[in-house]
Amino acid sequence: MTGREGQSEPPSRRTPVGEGVEPGAGRRGWGAGGGRAGWKPAPQDLQQRRGEGKRPRRTGWARAGERVIEGIIRTSGVSAVLFVLAIFFFVFREAAPVLFGGEHFKLLPFLFSVEWYPTSASNVRYGTLALTVGTFSVTALAMVLAVPFGLGAAVFVSEFCGPRLKEALKVVIELLAAIPSVVWGFIGLTVMSRLIVHFTGAPVGVNLLNGGIILALMSVPIIVSIGEDALKAVPDSYREAGLALGATRWQLVYRVLLPAARNGLLAAVLLGVGRAVGETMAVLMATGHAVNLPLGVFDSVRTLTANVAAELGEAPAGSDHYRVLFLTGVLLFSLTFVVNLVADLVIRGWRRK
Amino acid sequence: MSGVRARVALGVALAVLVGSGCGRRNHASVVIQNKGSDTMVNLAQAWAEAYREVTTDVAIEVSGGGSGVGIAALMRGTIDLANSSRDIKPREIEEVRRHTGREPAEVIAGYDALAIFVHRDNPIEMITFEQLSAIFREDGPVTRWSQLGVQVPGCQRDRIIRVSRQSSSGTYEFFRERVMQQRDFKLGSLDMNGSKEVVELVGNTPCAIGYSGMGYANGRVKMLKVAARSDGPAVAPTLESTLNHRYPIARSLHLYTVGEPTGALRDYLDWILSDAGQRVVQDCGYVPVKPGGGSH
Repeated sequence: MTGREGQSEPPSRRTPVGEGVEPGAGRRGWGAGGGRAGWKPAPQDLQQRRGEGKRPRRTGWARAGERVIEGIIRTSGVSAVLFVLAIFFFVFREAAPVLFGGEHFKLLPFLFSVEWYPTSASNVRYGTLALTVGTFSVTALAMVLAVPFGLGAAVFVSEFCGPRLKEALKVVIELLAAIPSVVWGFIGLTVMSRLIVHFTGAPVGVNLLNGGIILALMSVPIIVSIGEDALKAVPDSYREAGLALGATRWQLVYRVLLPAARNGLLAAVLLGVGRAVGETMAVLMATGHAVNLPLGVFDSVRTLTANVAAELGEAPAGSDHYRVLFLTGVLLFSLTFVVNLVADLVIRGWRRK
Repeated sequence: MSGVRARVALGVALAVLVGSGCGRRNHASVVIQNKGSDTMVNLAQAWAEAYREVTTDVAIEVSGGGSGVGIAALMRGTIDLANSSRDIKPREIEEVRRHTGREPAEVIAGYDALAIFVHRDNPIEMITFEQLSAIFREDGPVTRWSQLGVQVPGCQRDRIIRVSRQSSSGTYEFFRERVMQQRDFKLGSLDMNGSKEVVELVGNTPCAIGYSGMGYANGRVKMLKVAARSDGPAVAPTLESTLNHRYPIARSLHLYTVGEPTGALRDYLDWILSDAGQRVVQDCGYVPVKPGGGSH
């Protein structure tokens, strides 16, 4: 009797399921841990019994149907890979002509110049450095604000608060996650920008700080719910062992639970980062949309995503500008890929230790 | 078997959908194809929608692409009516003549006047093209309000916050062409995605200056008088000064047809110039052709 579920639902309560009242119900126990040898074989018995009775009576149609369904399930399994490859292929295909021989396009200035003049009448320049820096600065600021809040809230919800408060908090946090991004952008543009000007004396309210706060508010719900799941997945035996050794609850959290759940918590933070990097509408409205290398949090910036959203609609299809915007898509894709890869390597490094 | 039935049902459903779509179109016996300026595409759409209430016999299909694209389509005969936010070029008139054997006919349906907006607390009253260019262009030296000789209350750091438009908008190009002689904008301006957003942001930001359609003015902003030359007179943006061409940052919104319009097209153009059509012009933030004609 080690697992948490094992305590709350003793085997004796589950055994009747095996008797074949409800065919699907037997599966519910499959994922559970040890200590269940008494009832685990039951679903297999069930399957055998049913199998003997049913199989001969199945028609060709039913078998074909089953094969089709199997095919569908297999396809949905590998579809994620296909989709990623297909997206990359199509985005890259749109971008490729400018990469290999655009009129005003050179790769180095594209990556390392801040001069973004896609529709200049005299001197067209496609430099995205300011946009890349904008994306990273907004994301970094958002994470600085969101990670302590998000993980703190996850620890509180999972470990410290009572069951009724927990339910209430979870509902409210889910509600926070359900607010559409354009509404966040609206809050940034109107409420937050006035507050920032009023309290800090910044010359303009739509800036890096505004975008960072809005993105932090958008990422916190994700970090909380995934982080809470990660903490919940730590077996109760760890907690019991910690408490039995005389640890306080706080010691338990930061010496036992956080290390035990670190992969899940990192995943929570990464999903928050993903949300922040990919967010478009809210940052378009809240950051001021200025091509600018930020020197402080009160400077306005522009992100890669917002730039694509603002300009793609009116860039003539097939023009260099249009293709360069797709190329910024490739750049964004590569950046998030690198972030994910690094995080993955970090996790593996930890595992090896 | 059930598969076949499902397919038949799907076919019927599709047919019904397609049929009903066509059916609605077919009520209109005449379709006017309208294409051109992106600046005017919202206006053209608004006209088309309002005209649907006038008559259901005529449907107007609107698309953008740019003034030049519209005129090119007109001379190829693929559209009936071209929108253009610039004058037709002599070369284009020549091309139309050569392709169709007829003269292009022009109707001015309204004016687009760009106002220079600042916060209402800003004491500045007028500005010249030279000053605007020094603020907005790439190597322009003006970055602080004190350089223009004003102290703006509520703008402690004195920095000028430039509010502009996204680089693909017609308003952006018009401002660049008329005020900055095609030189590029200074980086770091706040590029809003709509005319209204520019005015909203300027209204919330004491340090800001921006340009947008005259019709978008509200109580929190001030429109500056503009002088094209430093020794010339500064003119306030009004309906009147736009109509008599004294206000320097205004352009006409043209509609071009091949030959004098007849039939349904004639009716549509007459309606655009009527009070109802001109009210749409004003509602879209532009200046109607007849003073007072569209206002009430």
